Amino acid sequence: MSATTIPVTAETAGPRNLAFWGGAIGIGVALVVILRLIGNDYGYFAGYFVLQYVVLASAWNILGGYAGYVNFGAAGFMAAGAYTAVALRKATGLDLIPGIVAAAFVSGLLGLGTGYLTLRLRGVFFSIATLCLAVVLQTLIVNWDYVGGSRGAYIVNPLEIPPFASWGEYMFIVMLVLAILTVGIARAVEHSRIGRGLQAIRDNERAAEAVGVPTLRLKLIATTLCGALMGVAGAPLPYYSGYLNPDAAFSLSYAVNAIAMPLIGGAGTWAGPVIGAVLLGTLQQAATVTISSALNLWIVGWMLVIFVALAPRGIMGWFRKRR
Amino acid sequence: MSEVLLRAQGVGKRFGGFVALQDVDIELRAGERLGLIGPNGSGKSTFVNCISGDFAQHDGTVTLDGHALAGLKPHRRARLGLARTFQLPQPFASLSVLENVRVPLLFSGDAARATQRGMECLEQVEMAAKAAMLPRELTQVEQRRLELARALALNPRVLIADEAMAGLSNSEVDQIIELLLRLNAAGTAVIMIEHIMRAVTAFAERLVVFVAGRKIADGEPRAVLGMQEVEDAYLGRQ
Ligand SMILES: Nc1ncnc2c1ncn2[C@@H]1O[C@H](COP(=O)(O)OP(=O)(O)OP(=O)(O)O)[C@@H](O)[C@H]1O
Ligand SMILES: [Mg+2]
Repeated sequence: MSATTIPVTAETAGPRNLAFWGGAIGIGVALVVILRLIGNDYGYFAGYFVLQYVVLASAWNILGGYAGYVNFGAAGFMAAGAYTAVALRKATGLDLIPGIVAAAFVSGLLGLGTGYLTLRLRGVFFSIATLCLAVVLQTLIVNWDYVGGSRGAYIVNPLEIPPFASWGEYMFIVMLVLAILTVGIARAVEHSRIGRGLQAIRDNERAAEAVGVPTLRLKLIATTLCGALMGVAGAPLPYYSGYLNPDAAFSLSYAVNAIAMPLIGGAGTWAGPVIGAVLLGTLQQAATVTISSALNLWIVGWMLVIFVALAPRGIMGWFRKRR
Repeated sequence: MSEVLLRAQGVGKRFGGFVALQDVDIELRAGERLGLIGPNGSGKSTFVNCISGDFAQHDGTVTLDGHALAGLKPHRRARLGLARTFQLPQPFASLSVLENVRVPLLFSGDAARATQRGMECLEQVEMAAKAAMLPRELTQVEQRRLELARALALNPRVLIADEAMAGLSNSEVDQIIELLLRLNAAGTAVIMIEHIMRAVTAFAERLVVFVAGRKIADGEPRAVLGMQEVEDAYLGRQ
Protein backbone atom coordinates (compact mmCIF):
# COMPACT_ATOMS: atom_id res chain seq x y z
CA MET A 1 0.00 0.00 0.00
CA SER A 2 2.90 2.32 0.56
CA ALA A 3 4.11 2.14 -3.02
CA THR A 4 3.11 4.97 -5.25
CA THR A 5 0.26 3.95 -7.44
CA ILE A 6 0.85 4.01 -11.12
CA PRO A 7 -2.36 4.39 -13.07
CA VAL A 8 -3.09 1.47 -15.33
CA THR A 9 -3.40 2.97 -18.74
CA ALA A 10 -5.01 1.40 -21.78
CA GLU A 11 -1.59 0.60 -23.27
CA THR A 12 -0.28 -1.29 -20.23
CA ALA A 13 -3.58 -2.96 -19.27
CA GLY A 14 -3.79 -5.26 -22.28
CA PRO A 15 -0.42 -7.06 -21.96
CA ARG A 16 -0.78 -7.15 -18.17
CA ASN A 17 -4.17 -8.84 -18.40
CA LEU A 18 -2.76 -11.34 -20.85
CA ALA A 19 0.13 -12.07 -18.51
CA PHE A 20 -2.21 -12.53 -15.55
CA TRP A 21 -4.65 -14.89 -17.23
CA GLY A 22 -1.88 -16.74 -19.06
CA GLY A 23 0.01 -17.17 -15.80
CA ALA A 24 -3.05 -18.25 -13.83
CA ILE A 25 -4.10 -20.83 -16.39
CA GLY A 26 -0.51 -22.03 -16.72
CA ILE A 27 -0.18 -22.55 -12.97
CA GLY A 28 -3.59 -24.22 -12.88
CA VAL A 29 -2.73 -26.72 -15.60
CA ALA A 30 0.65 -27.41 -13.99
CA LEU A 31 -1.03 -28.15 -10.65
CA VAL A 32 -3.46 -30.58 -12.25
CA VAL A 33 -0.67 -32.37 -14.09
CA ILE A 34 1.55 -32.60 -11.00
CA LEU A 35 -1.25 -33.93 -8.81
CA ARG A 36 -2.14 -36.50 -11.43
CA LEU A 37 1.46 -37.65 -11.57
CA ILE A 38 1.51 -37.97 -7.79
CA GLY A 39 -1.77 -39.84 -8.15
CA ASN A 40 -2.67 -39.69 -4.48
CA ASP A 41 -6.13 -38.52 -3.45
CA TYR A 42 -4.65 -36.71 -0.48
CA GLY A 43 -2.99 -34.25 -2.87
CA TYR A 44 -6.37 -33.21 -4.25
CA PHE A 45 -7.76 -32.96 -0.77
CA ALA A 46 -4.97 -30.67 0.41
CA GLY A 47 -5.10 -28.64 -2.80
CA TYR A 48 -8.82 -28.08 -2.38
CA PHE A 49 -8.29 -27.04 1.23
CA VAL A 50 -5.81 -24.35 0.23
CA LEU A 51 -7.75 -23.16 -2.81
CA GLN A 52 -11.00 -22.66 -0.90
CA TYR A 53 -9.04 -20.25 1.25
CA VAL A 54 -7.72 -18.48 -1.83
CA VAL A 55 -11.35 -17.83 -2.77
CA LEU A 56 -12.42 -16.90 0.75
CA ALA A 57 -9.46 -14.59 1.43
CA SER A 58 -9.69 -12.89 -1.97
CA ALA A 59 -13.40 -12.31 -1.41
CA TRP A 60 -12.82 -10.89 2.07
CA ASN A 61 -10.14 -8.59 0.69
CA ILE A 62 -12.55 -6.80 -1.66
CA LEU A 63 -14.36 -5.27 1.27
CA GLY A 64 -11.73 -5.57 4.00
CA GLY A 65 -8.56 -4.85 2.07
CA TYR A 66 -9.72 -2.34 -0.52
CA ALA A 67 -12.41 -0.51 1.45
CA GLY A 68 -11.08 -1.12 4.97
CA TYR A 69 -14.29 -2.62 6.33
CA VAL A 70 -13.32 -5.62 8.45
CA ASN A 71 -15.87 -8.40 8.09
CA PHE A 72 -15.89 -10.91 10.96
CA GLY A 73 -18.76 -12.83 9.40
CA ALA A 74 -16.93 -14.75 6.67
CA ALA A 75 -18.03 -18.08 8.12
CA GLY A 76 -21.66 -16.95 7.87
CA PHE A 77 -21.40 -16.22 4.17
CA MET A 78 -19.42 -19.38 3.54
CA ALA A 79 -22.05 -21.43 5.38
CA ALA A 80 -24.85 -19.67 3.51
CA GLY A 81 -23.22 -20.87 0.30
CA ALA A 82 -22.75 -24.39 1.59
CA TYR A 83 -26.32 -24.68 2.82
CA THR A 84 -27.69 -23.19 -0.37
CA ALA A 85 -26.00 -26.04 -2.22
CA VAL A 86 -27.47 -28.58 0.21
CA ALA A 87 -30.97 -27.12 0.00
CA LEU A 88 -30.86 -26.93 -3.78
CA ARG A 89 -29.75 -30.53 -3.99
CA LYS A 90 -32.53 -31.62 -1.66
CA ALA A 91 -35.22 -29.57 -3.35
CA THR A 92 -34.36 -30.13 -6.99
CA GLY A 93 -31.66 -32.77 -7.22
CA LEU A 94 -29.42 -30.28 -8.98
CA ASP A 95 -25.82 -30.83 -8.01
CA LEU A 96 -22.54 -29.00 -7.60
CA ILE A 97 -22.32 -26.52 -10.47
CA PRO A 98 -25.90 -25.21 -10.20
CA GLY A 99 -25.33 -25.20 -6.45
CA ILE A 100 -22.36 -22.87 -6.84
CA VAL A 101 -24.37 -20.49 -9.00
CA ALA A 102 -27.25 -20.50 -6.52
CA ALA A 103 -24.84 -20.01 -3.61
CA ALA A 104 -23.34 -16.97 -5.31
CA PHE A 105 -26.80 -15.56 -5.74
CA VAL A 106 -28.04 -16.24 -2.19
CA SER A 107 -24.84 -15.12 -0.47
CA GLY A 108 -24.66 -12.08 -2.73
CA LEU A 109 -28.15 -11.08 -1.64
CA LEU A 110 -27.17 -11.73 1.95
CA GLY A 111 -24.17 -9.47 1.42
CA LEU A 112 -26.35 -6.76 -0.06
CA GLY A 113 -28.82 -7.02 2.83
CA THR A 114 -26.03 -6.95 5.39
CA GLY A 115 -24.60 -3.94 3.64
CA TYR A 116 -27.86 -2.05 3.84
CA LEU A 117 -28.22 -2.85 7.52
CA THR A 118 -24.66 -2.28 8.65
CA LEU A 119 -22.75 0.04 6.36
CA ARG A 120 -23.80 3.12 8.22
CA LEU A 121 -21.66 1.71 11.00
CA ARG A 122 -17.98 2.43 10.83
CA GLY A 123 -14.94 0.67 12.11
CA VAL A 124 -15.32 -1.85 14.87
CA PHE A 125 -19.12 -1.46 14.97
CA PHE A 126 -19.39 -2.77 11.44
CA SER A 127 -17.18 -5.71 12.37
CA ILE A 128 -19.30 -6.60 15.40
CA ALA A 129 -22.47 -6.38 13.30
CA THR A 130 -21.07 -8.87 10.77
CA LEU A 131 -20.11 -11.21 13.60
CA CYS A 132 -23.68 -11.01 14.91
CA LEU A 133 -24.99 -11.82 11.46
CA ALA A 134 -23.01 -15.07 11.43
CA VAL A 135 -24.34 -16.00 14.86
CA VAL A 136 -27.94 -15.30 13.85
CA LEU A 137 -27.50 -17.29 10.66
CA GLN A 138 -26.06 -20.24 12.55
CA THR A 139 -29.03 -20.22 14.94
CA LEU A 140 -31.39 -20.27 11.97
CA ILE A 141 -29.60 -23.18 10.31
CA VAL A 142 -29.39 -25.20 13.51
CA ASN A 143 -33.17 -24.94 13.77
CA TRP A 144 -33.89 -25.59 10.12
CA ASP A 145 -34.79 -29.27 9.90
CA TYR A 146 -35.04 -29.36 6.14
CA VAL A 147 -31.25 -29.11 5.83
CA GLY A 148 -30.64 -31.41 8.77
CA GLY A 149 -30.67 -28.92 11.64
CA SER A 150 -27.92 -29.51 14.15
CA ARG A 151 -27.51 -33.15 13.03
CA GLY A 152 -26.30 -32.05 9.61
CA ALA A 153 -26.97 -33.31 6.10
CA TYR A 154 -25.36 -35.99 3.97
CA ILE A 155 -24.61 -35.74 0.29
CA VAL A 156 -23.79 -38.94 -1.53
CA ASN A 157 -21.20 -38.37 -4.21
CA PRO A 158 -20.62 -40.61 -7.21
CA LEU A 159 -17.35 -42.52 -7.10
CA GLU A 160 -16.58 -41.96 -10.74
CA ILE A 161 -17.01 -38.79 -12.71
CA PRO A 162 -15.46 -39.13 -16.16
CA PRO A 163 -13.35 -37.64 -17.66
CA PHE A 164 -11.83 -36.89 -14.27
CA ALA A 165 -9.52 -39.36 -12.58
CA SER A 166 -11.54 -39.32 -9.37
CA TRP A 167 -14.13 -37.35 -7.42
CA GLY A 168 -11.25 -35.76 -5.55
CA GLU A 169 -9.69 -34.52 -8.75
CA TYR A 170 -13.02 -33.19 -9.92
CA MET A 171 -13.52 -31.25 -6.67
CA PHE A 172 -9.99 -29.93 -6.89
CA ILE A 173 -10.42 -28.72 -10.46
CA VAL A 174 -13.74 -27.07 -9.65
CA MET A 175 -12.15 -25.18 -6.76
CA LEU A 176 -9.16 -24.32 -8.93
CA VAL A 177 -11.40 -22.74 -11.55
CA LEU A 178 -13.33 -20.87 -8.84
CA ALA A 179 -10.08 -19.62 -7.34
CA ILE A 180 -8.76 -18.36 -10.67
CA LEU A 181 -12.05 -16.63 -11.42
CA THR A 182 -12.24 -15.07 -7.97
CA VAL A 183 -8.70 -13.75 -8.08
CA GLY A 184 -9.39 -12.44 -11.58
CA ILE A 185 -12.51 -10.65 -10.37
CA ALA A 186 -10.70 -9.20 -7.35
CA ARG A 187 -7.92 -8.00 -9.61
CA ALA A 188 -10.36 -6.46 -12.08
CA VAL A 189 -12.09 -4.64 -9.22
CA GLU A 190 -8.75 -3.40 -7.91
CA HIS A 191 -7.83 -1.91 -11.28
CA SER A 192 -11.25 -0.42 -11.96
CA ARG A 193 -12.62 2.86 -10.76
CA ILE A 194 -14.66 0.89 -8.23
CA GLY A 195 -11.43 -0.30 -6.68
CA ARG A 196 -9.99 3.20 -6.67
CA GLY A 197 -13.19 4.47 -5.05
CA LEU A 198 -13.01 1.77 -2.38
CA GLN A 199 -9.41 2.74 -1.63
CA ALA A 200 -10.49 6.35 -1.28
CA ILE A 201 -13.19 5.19 1.15
CA ARG A 202 -10.61 3.23 3.15
CA ASP A 203 -8.30 6.24 3.35
CA ASN A 204 -10.93 8.84 4.10
CA GLU A 205 -14.59 8.16 3.62
CA ARG A 206 -15.77 11.69 4.25
CA ALA A 207 -13.29 13.18 1.78
CA ALA A 208 -14.24 10.54 -0.78
CA GLU A 209 -17.89 11.52 -0.54
CA ALA A 210 -16.92 15.20 -0.75
CA VAL A 211 -15.15 14.73 -4.06
CA GLY A 212 -18.01 12.89 -5.71
CA VAL A 213 -17.44 9.24 -4.82
CA PRO A 214 -20.79 7.49 -4.29
CA THR A 215 -19.56 5.82 -1.12
CA LEU A 216 -22.69 3.94 -0.12
CA ARG A 217 -23.18 2.48 -3.58
CA LEU A 218 -19.57 1.34 -3.83
CA LYS A 219 -19.71 -0.26 -0.41
CA LEU A 220 -22.89 -2.10 -1.37
CA ILE A 221 -21.24 -3.35 -4.55
CA ALA A 222 -18.33 -4.54 -2.41
CA THR A 223 -20.47 -6.29 0.22
CA THR A 224 -22.54 -7.97 -2.48
CA LEU A 225 -19.52 -9.17 -4.43
CA CYS A 226 -17.69 -10.17 -1.28
CA GLY A 227 -20.73 -12.11 -0.01
CA ALA A 228 -21.31 -13.83 -3.34
CA LEU A 229 -17.69 -14.99 -3.64
CA MET A 230 -17.59 -16.23 -0.05
CA GLY A 231 -20.72 -18.21 -0.79
CA VAL A 232 -18.96 -19.63 -3.82
CA ALA A 233 -16.09 -20.72 -1.56
CA GLY A 234 -18.58 -22.57 0.63
CA ALA A 235 -20.86 -24.15 -1.96
CA PRO A 236 -18.62 -27.15 -2.77
CA LEU A 237 -18.00 -27.88 0.93
CA PRO A 238 -20.83 -30.44 1.38
CA TYR A 239 -19.76 -32.18 -1.84
CA TYR A 240 -16.15 -32.18 -0.72
CA SER A 241 -16.75 -33.78 2.65
CA GLY A 242 -20.00 -35.59 1.79
CA TYR A 243 -21.49 -34.22 4.96
CA LEU A 244 -22.29 -30.78 6.31
CA ASN A 245 -23.26 -29.71 9.80
CA PRO A 246 -23.52 -26.23 11.32
CA ASP A 247 -20.36 -26.63 13.39
CA ALA A 248 -18.29 -27.37 10.31
CA ALA A 249 -19.95 -24.80 8.08
CA PHE A 250 -19.75 -21.96 10.60
CA SER A 251 -16.29 -22.95 11.80
CA LEU A 252 -14.31 -20.22 13.50
CA SER A 253 -11.42 -21.17 11.22
CA TYR A 254 -13.12 -19.59 8.24
CA ALA A 255 -13.78 -16.29 9.97
CA VAL A 256 -10.24 -16.12 11.35
CA ASN A 257 -8.45 -17.27 8.20
CA ALA A 258 -10.46 -14.95 5.97
CA ILE A 259 -8.99 -12.05 7.91
CA ALA A 260 -5.55 -13.44 8.75
CA MET A 261 -4.64 -14.55 5.23
CA PRO A 262 -5.07 -11.16 3.52
CA LEU A 263 -3.37 -9.42 6.45
CA ILE A 264 -0.37 -11.72 6.31
CA GLY A 265 -0.13 -11.71 2.53
CA GLY A 266 -0.79 -7.99 2.29
CA ALA A 267 -4.31 -6.59 2.28
CA GLY A 268 -5.18 -4.10 -0.40
CA THR A 269 -3.65 -5.98 -3.33
CA TRP A 270 -5.13 -8.97 -5.13
CA ALA A 271 -1.91 -10.95 -4.72
CA GLY A 272 -1.82 -10.52 -0.93
CA PRO A 273 -4.67 -12.87 -0.03
CA VAL A 274 -3.40 -15.42 -2.57
CA ILE A 275 0.04 -15.48 -0.95
CA GLY A 276 -1.46 -15.51 2.54
CA ALA A 277 -3.87 -18.32 1.71
CA VAL A 278 -1.20 -20.48 0.11
CA LEU A 279 1.20 -19.92 3.00
CA LEU A 280 -1.22 -20.27 5.91
CA GLY A 281 -3.33 -22.91 4.18
CA THR A 282 -0.32 -25.09 3.49
CA LEU A 283 1.02 -24.67 7.02
CA GLN A 284 -2.33 -25.63 8.51
CA GLN A 285 -2.69 -28.59 6.19
CA ALA A 286 0.80 -29.75 7.10
CA ALA A 287 0.04 -29.38 10.80
CA THR A 288 -3.22 -31.27 10.44
CA VAL A 289 -1.45 -34.19 8.83
CA THR A 290 1.62 -34.30 11.02
CA ILE A 291 0.19 -33.27 14.38
CA SER A 292 -3.46 -32.30 14.70
CA SER A 293 -5.97 -29.88 13.25
CA ALA A 294 -6.38 -28.51 16.76
CA LEU A 295 -3.15 -26.62 16.09
CA ASN A 296 -4.51 -24.71 13.10
CA LEU A 297 -5.79 -21.61 14.85
CA TRP A 298 -2.78 -21.65 17.11
CA ILE A 299 -0.56 -21.40 14.03
CA VAL A 300 -2.66 -18.61 12.55
CA GLY A 301 -2.45 -16.73 15.82
CA TRP A 302 1.33 -16.94 15.97
CA MET A 303 1.72 -15.98 12.34
CA LEU A 304 -0.43 -12.91 12.96
CA VAL A 305 1.66 -11.90 15.95
CA ILE A 306 4.86 -12.35 13.99
CA PHE A 307 3.60 -10.38 11.02
CA VAL A 308 2.14 -7.56 13.03
CA ALA A 309 5.57 -7.17 14.61
CA LEU A 310 7.79 -7.64 11.57
CA ALA A 311 5.75 -6.79 8.49
CA PRO A 312 2.56 -4.94 9.37
CA ARG A 313 1.78 -4.45 5.70
CA GLY A 314 2.05 -8.13 4.99
CA ILE A 315 4.38 -9.92 2.62
CA MET A 316 3.45 -7.74 -0.35
CA GLY A 317 4.06 -4.56 1.62
CA TRP A 318 7.37 -5.88 2.87
CA PHE A 319 8.63 -6.58 -0.64
CA ARG A 320 7.49 -3.21 -1.90
CA LYS A 321 9.32 -1.42 0.84
CA ARG A 322 12.56 -3.25 0.08
CA ARG A 323 12.40 -2.64 -3.64
CA MET B 1 -25.08 41.71 -11.46
CA SER B 2 -25.15 38.08 -12.44
CA GLU B 3 -27.78 35.75 -11.07
CA VAL B 4 -27.76 34.01 -7.71
CA LEU B 5 -25.97 30.67 -7.94
CA LEU B 6 -26.08 29.43 -4.37
CA ARG B 7 -28.77 30.48 -1.93
CA ALA B 8 -29.03 29.54 1.72
CA GLN B 9 -32.25 30.53 3.47
CA GLY B 10 -32.85 30.29 7.17
CA VAL B 11 -30.10 27.71 7.57
CA GLY B 12 -29.61 26.50 11.12
CA LYS B 13 -28.07 23.58 12.95
CA ARG B 14 -28.37 22.32 16.49
CA PHE B 15 -26.19 19.77 18.24
CA GLY B 16 -28.35 18.42 21.03
CA GLY B 17 -29.48 21.53 22.82
CA PHE B 18 -26.59 23.66 21.53
CA VAL B 19 -27.45 26.00 18.67
CA ALA B 20 -24.34 26.13 16.46
CA LEU B 21 -25.98 27.98 13.59
CA GLN B 22 -29.22 29.91 13.41
CA ASP B 23 -31.31 31.42 10.66
CA VAL B 24 -28.53 32.23 8.21
CA ASP B 25 -29.39 33.70 4.81
CA ILE B 26 -26.59 33.95 2.27
CA GLU B 27 -26.68 34.46 -1.47
CA LEU B 28 -23.70 33.83 -3.69
CA ARG B 29 -23.63 35.02 -7.28
CA ALA B 30 -21.88 33.24 -10.12
CA GLY B 31 -18.21 34.15 -10.13
CA GLU B 32 -18.40 36.04 -6.86
CA ARG B 33 -15.63 36.21 -4.22
CA LEU B 34 -17.16 36.04 -0.78
CA GLY B 35 -15.24 36.19 2.46
CA LEU B 36 -16.75 34.51 5.52
CA ILE B 37 -15.25 35.43 8.87
CA GLY B 38 -16.10 35.00 12.52
CA PRO B 39 -14.50 34.01 15.82
CA ASN B 40 -13.66 30.39 16.59
CA GLY B 41 -16.77 28.35 17.08
CA SER B 42 -19.04 30.88 15.39
CA GLY B 43 -20.48 28.25 13.04
CA LYS B 44 -18.51 28.75 9.82
CA SER B 45 -17.56 25.13 9.30
CA THR B 46 -21.01 24.07 10.45
CA PHE B 47 -22.45 26.26 7.70
CA VAL B 48 -20.14 24.62 5.14
CA ASN B 49 -21.25 21.19 6.29
CA CYS B 50 -24.91 22.13 5.87
CA ILE B 51 -24.25 23.39 2.33
CA SER B 52 -22.09 20.42 1.35
CA GLY B 53 -24.58 17.83 2.56
CA ASP B 54 -22.35 16.46 5.33
CA PHE B 55 -25.16 17.28 7.74
CA ALA B 56 -28.20 15.67 6.20
CA GLN B 57 -30.46 17.26 8.80
CA HIS B 58 -30.53 21.00 9.26
CA ASP B 59 -33.02 23.84 9.31
CA GLY B 60 -33.71 25.99 6.28
CA THR B 61 -33.09 25.38 2.60
CA VAL B 62 -30.14 25.47 0.24
CA THR B 63 -30.53 25.86 -3.51
CA LEU B 64 -27.99 25.68 -6.29
CA ASP B 65 -29.10 27.29 -9.52
CA GLY B 66 -32.62 27.36 -8.16
CA HIS B 67 -32.68 23.60 -7.46
CA ALA B 68 -33.22 22.54 -3.87
CA LEU B 69 -30.36 20.40 -2.57
CA ALA B 70 -32.33 18.82 0.29
CA GLY B 71 -31.84 15.07 0.44
CA LEU B 72 -28.82 15.06 -1.85
CA LYS B 73 -25.75 13.31 -0.49
CA PRO B 74 -22.42 15.19 -0.53
CA HIS B 75 -21.20 13.29 -3.60
CA ARG B 76 -24.24 14.36 -5.60
CA ARG B 77 -23.73 17.97 -4.60
CA ALA B 78 -20.06 17.72 -5.48
CA ARG B 79 -20.94 16.51 -8.94
CA LEU B 80 -23.33 19.43 -9.36
CA GLY B 81 -20.29 21.66 -9.03
CA LEU B 82 -20.32 22.39 -5.31
CA ALA B 83 -16.80 21.74 -4.07
CA ARG B 84 -15.38 22.21 -0.59
CA THR B 85 -12.02 21.78 1.02
CA PHE B 86 -11.55 20.72 4.62
CA GLN B 87 -10.18 22.84 7.40
CA LEU B 88 -7.62 20.09 8.02
CA PRO B 89 -6.37 18.62 4.73
CA GLN B 90 -7.92 15.19 4.19
CA PRO B 91 -5.85 13.50 1.49
CA PHE B 92 -6.22 9.85 0.50
CA ALA B 93 -3.09 8.78 2.32
CA SER B 94 -2.24 5.62 0.40
CA LEU B 95 -2.77 7.16 -3.03
CA SER B 96 -0.24 9.27 -4.90
CA VAL B 97 -0.86 12.95 -5.47
CA LEU B 98 -2.04 12.29 -9.01
CA GLU B 99 -4.30 9.43 -7.92
CA ASN B 100 -5.81 11.69 -5.29
CA VAL B 101 -6.86 14.08 -8.01
CA ARG B 102 -7.94 11.30 -10.35
CA VAL B 103 -10.52 10.01 -7.85
CA PRO B 104 -13.05 12.80 -8.43
CA LEU B 105 -12.42 12.61 -12.17
CA LEU B 106 -13.15 8.89 -12.29
CA PHE B 107 -16.59 9.42 -10.78
CA SER B 108 -17.66 12.63 -12.42
CA GLY B 109 -16.88 13.77 -15.87
CA ASP B 110 -14.61 12.07 -18.31
CA ALA B 111 -13.08 8.99 -16.67
CA ALA B 112 -11.13 8.09 -19.82
CA ARG B 113 -9.21 11.36 -19.66
CA ALA B 114 -8.81 11.32 -15.89
CA THR B 115 -5.01 11.15 -15.95
CA GLN B 116 -4.68 14.04 -18.38
CA ARG B 117 -7.25 16.18 -16.59
CA GLY B 118 -5.66 15.27 -13.26
CA MET B 119 -2.31 16.55 -14.43
CA GLU B 120 -3.98 19.74 -15.65
CA CYS B 121 -5.49 20.29 -12.21
CA LEU B 122 -2.10 19.70 -10.60
CA GLU B 123 -0.54 22.19 -13.00
CA GLN B 124 -3.13 24.75 -11.96
CA VAL B 125 -1.92 24.50 -8.38
CA GLU B 126 1.72 24.09 -9.44
CA MET B 127 1.97 20.56 -8.14
CA ALA B 128 2.57 18.66 -11.37
CA ALA B 129 6.16 17.92 -10.35
CA LYS B 130 4.91 16.12 -7.22
CA ALA B 131 2.40 13.91 -9.02
CA ALA B 132 4.05 10.65 -7.99
CA MET B 133 4.58 11.55 -4.33
CA LEU B 134 2.52 10.39 -1.40
CA PRO B 135 0.58 12.97 0.61
CA ARG B 136 2.68 12.41 3.73
CA GLU B 137 5.78 13.46 1.77
CA LEU B 138 4.29 16.89 1.08
CA THR B 139 4.83 20.09 3.03
CA GLN B 140 1.85 21.75 4.64
CA VAL B 141 1.33 24.25 1.84
CA GLU B 142 1.61 21.48 -0.71
CA GLN B 143 -1.06 19.50 1.12
CA ARG B 144 -3.29 22.57 0.93
CA ARG B 145 -2.61 22.78 -2.79
CA LEU B 146 -3.46 19.14 -3.23
CA GLU B 147 -6.70 19.69 -1.34
CA LEU B 148 -7.51 22.52 -3.75
CA ALA B 149 -6.49 20.52 -6.83
CA ARG B 150 -8.82 17.70 -5.81
CA ALA B 151 -11.66 20.17 -5.46
CA LEU B 152 -10.79 21.70 -8.84
CA ALA B 153 -11.07 18.31 -10.46
CA LEU B 154 -14.80 18.58 -9.85
CA ASN B 155 -14.81 21.54 -12.21
CA PRO B 156 -16.73 23.45 -9.57
CA ARG B 157 -19.00 26.41 -9.98
CA VAL B 158 -18.69 27.10 -6.28
CA LEU B 159 -15.58 26.43 -4.23
CA ILE B 160 -15.78 26.71 -0.48
CA ALA B 161 -12.29 26.97 0.97
CA ASP B 162 -12.47 26.37 4.72
CA GLU B 163 -9.34 27.94 6.19
CA ALA B 164 -7.17 26.90 3.29
CA MET B 165 -4.33 29.04 4.67
CA ALA B 166 -4.27 28.14 8.34
CA GLY B 167 -0.74 27.49 9.54
CA LEU B 168 0.98 28.84 6.43
CA SER B 169 3.74 31.42 6.26
CA ASN B 170 3.14 34.89 4.83
CA SER B 171 4.54 34.09 1.42
CA GLU B 172 2.63 30.81 1.32
CA VAL B 173 -0.57 32.67 2.13
CA ASP B 174 0.13 34.95 -0.83
CA GLN B 175 0.57 31.92 -3.07
CA ILE B 176 -2.79 30.49 -2.08
CA ILE B 177 -4.53 33.87 -2.48
CA GLU B 178 -3.06 34.16 -5.94
CA LEU B 179 -4.22 30.66 -6.75
CA LEU B 180 -7.77 31.34 -5.58
CA LEU B 181 -7.85 34.58 -7.56
CA ARG B 182 -6.81 32.69 -10.67
CA LEU B 183 -9.57 30.12 -10.16
CA ASN B 184 -12.05 32.85 -9.63
CA ALA B 185 -10.92 34.64 -12.78
CA ALA B 186 -11.67 31.42 -14.63
CA GLY B 187 -15.28 31.66 -13.47
CA THR B 188 -15.52 29.80 -10.16
CA ALA B 189 -17.37 31.53 -7.35
CA VAL B 190 -15.35 31.23 -4.15
CA ILE B 191 -16.33 31.37 -0.49
CA MET B 192 -13.17 31.99 1.50
CA ILE B 193 -13.38 31.17 5.18
CA GLU B 194 -10.40 32.62 6.92
CA HIS B 195 -9.02 34.01 10.15
CA ILE B 196 -6.14 35.73 8.37
CA MET B 197 -7.70 39.14 7.83
CA ARG B 198 -5.07 40.24 5.35
CA ALA B 199 -6.05 37.38 3.06
CA VAL B 200 -9.74 38.09 3.34
CA THR B 201 -9.38 41.77 2.56
CA ALA B 202 -7.06 41.04 -0.35
CA PHE B 203 -9.44 38.52 -1.80
CA ALA B 204 -13.08 39.17 -0.98
CA GLU B 205 -15.37 41.56 -2.79
CA ARG B 206 -18.05 40.92 -0.20
CA LEU B 207 -17.81 39.97 3.43
CA VAL B 208 -20.11 38.01 5.73
CA VAL B 209 -19.54 37.88 9.46
CA PHE B 210 -20.77 35.15 11.81
CA VAL B 211 -20.90 35.55 15.54
CA ALA B 212 -22.23 32.80 17.80
CA GLY B 213 -24.01 31.06 14.95
CA ARG B 214 -25.69 34.14 13.52
CA LYS B 215 -24.93 36.31 10.55
CA ILE B 216 -24.34 39.80 11.92
CA ALA B 217 -23.06 41.54 8.81
CA ASP B 218 -23.07 41.11 5.03
CA GLY B 219 -21.73 43.68 2.61
CA GLU B 220 -18.81 45.52 1.12
CA PRO B 221 -15.69 44.50 3.11
CA ARG B 222 -14.55 47.95 4.15
CA ALA B 223 -18.01 48.89 5.39
CA VAL B 224 -18.46 45.60 7.21
CA LEU B 225 -15.11 45.82 8.96
CA GLY B 226 -16.00 49.35 10.08
CA MET B 227 -19.15 48.19 11.88
CA GLN B 228 -19.15 48.44 15.66
CA GLU B 229 -20.68 44.95 16.19
CA VAL B 230 -17.96 43.37 14.09
CA GLU B 231 -15.27 45.18 15.97
CA ASP B 232 -16.81 44.10 19.27
CA ALA B 233 -16.94 40.49 18.18
CA TYR B 234 -13.27 40.57 17.35
CA LEU B 235 -12.08 42.49 20.38
CA GLY B 236 -9.39 40.56 22.14
CA ARG B 237 -8.93 38.32 19.14
CA GLN B 238 -7.11 40.32 16.54
N1 LIG C 1 -20.41 17.55 15.15
C1 LIG C 1 -20.56 18.41 16.16
N2 LIG C 1 -21.12 18.03 17.32
C2 LIG C 1 -21.27 18.89 18.35
N3 LIG C 1 -20.89 20.16 18.31
C3 LIG C 1 -20.32 20.63 17.19
C4 LIG C 1 -20.13 19.77 16.06
N4 LIG C 1 -19.54 20.49 15.06
C5 LIG C 1 -19.38 21.72 15.57
N5 LIG C 1 -19.85 21.80 16.83
C6 LIG C 1 -19.87 23.01 17.66
O1 LIG C 1 -20.51 24.03 16.94
C7 LIG C 1 -19.86 25.28 17.13
C8 LIG C 1 -19.50 25.85 15.78
O2 LIG C 1 -18.42 25.09 15.27
P1 LIG C 1 -17.77 25.38 13.85
O3 LIG C 1 -16.78 24.33 13.61
O4 LIG C 1 -18.84 25.58 12.86
O5 LIG C 1 -17.04 26.77 14.13
P2 LIG C 1 -16.09 27.57 13.17
O6 LIG C 1 -16.70 28.91 13.00
O7 LIG C 1 -15.79 26.81 11.95
O8 LIG C 1 -14.80 27.69 14.08
P3 LIG C 1 -13.25 27.68 13.68
O9 LIG C 1 -12.90 29.07 13.27
O10 LIG C 1 -12.56 27.31 14.94
O11 LIG C 1 -13.06 26.70 12.61
C9 LIG C 1 -18.68 25.02 18.03
O12 LIG C 1 -19.04 25.39 19.34
C10 LIG C 1 -18.46 23.54 17.93
O13 LIG C 1 -17.96 23.03 19.15
MG1 LIG D 1 -14.13 25.93 11.13
